[in-house]
Amino acid sequence: MSESISIKITSEKLNLQDCYDFVQDASCGGIALFVGTVRNKTQDKEVTLLDFSTYEEMAIKEIEKIATVALRKFDVYKIAIHHAQGKLNIGDIPVIISVSSPHRKAAFNACQYAIDTLKDTVPIWKKEHFADGEVWVNSTP
Amino acid sequence: MKLEILFFGITADIAKEKSIQLEIEDENYVEDLRTILYTKYPRLSDYKNFSVAVNMEYATDDVILKNGDAVALIPPVSGG
Repeated sequence: MSESISIKITSEKLNLQDCYDFVQDASCGGIALFVGTVRNKTQDKEVTLLDFSTYEEMAIKEIEKIATVALRKFDVYKIAIHHAQGKLNIGDIPVIISVSSPHRKAAFNACQYAIDTLKDTVPIWKKEHFADGEVWVNSTP
Repeated sequence: MKLEILFFGITADIAKEKSIQLEIEDENYVEDLRTILYTKYPRLSDYKNFSVAVNMEYATDDVILKNGDAVALIPPVSGG
């Protein structure tokens, strides 16, 4: 993997500082950071926790594709994409994306590209747990 | 030929397994495998919008399967 890319899928708590430190560089004028957080409700229904499962090996491959395209397509220096798996509580962090660039616009654009594409292509699934049951997000008959 | 079928998300709940070994005829396409799986797991027919990955690459229904392929059922993803 390129030295400009950091990818992680982990059952441990994600670390904002790690993502920041990986991309930080004297040549860069800005760092864009996207932090996903677990929301306490979905369509007015109270969520108790989220359980993320992954096809880990393929997810890493797909995230690597996203990072590689982001580096090629935008004028960015480094990118980190870290995703959590397992059970997460309200307010916990399932995903962090950090991007550094000489100029802010490229960093914002690359960061948005990365999170939008991740939500579209990376084989990770969340199950929402409620007081009265649970449901796979995006999977209704 | 022998395939390894990997189930994720809702498909793992339906199959009640994470993976199985499946013996099917040679010269089958992804589309044929779908039909075989709908017969084996009737509830899967309610969730036909899953994608398929062969050896960790997304594969369309016209991809031909080979002995030893790892075929994953990928319901609509919801990461992030």
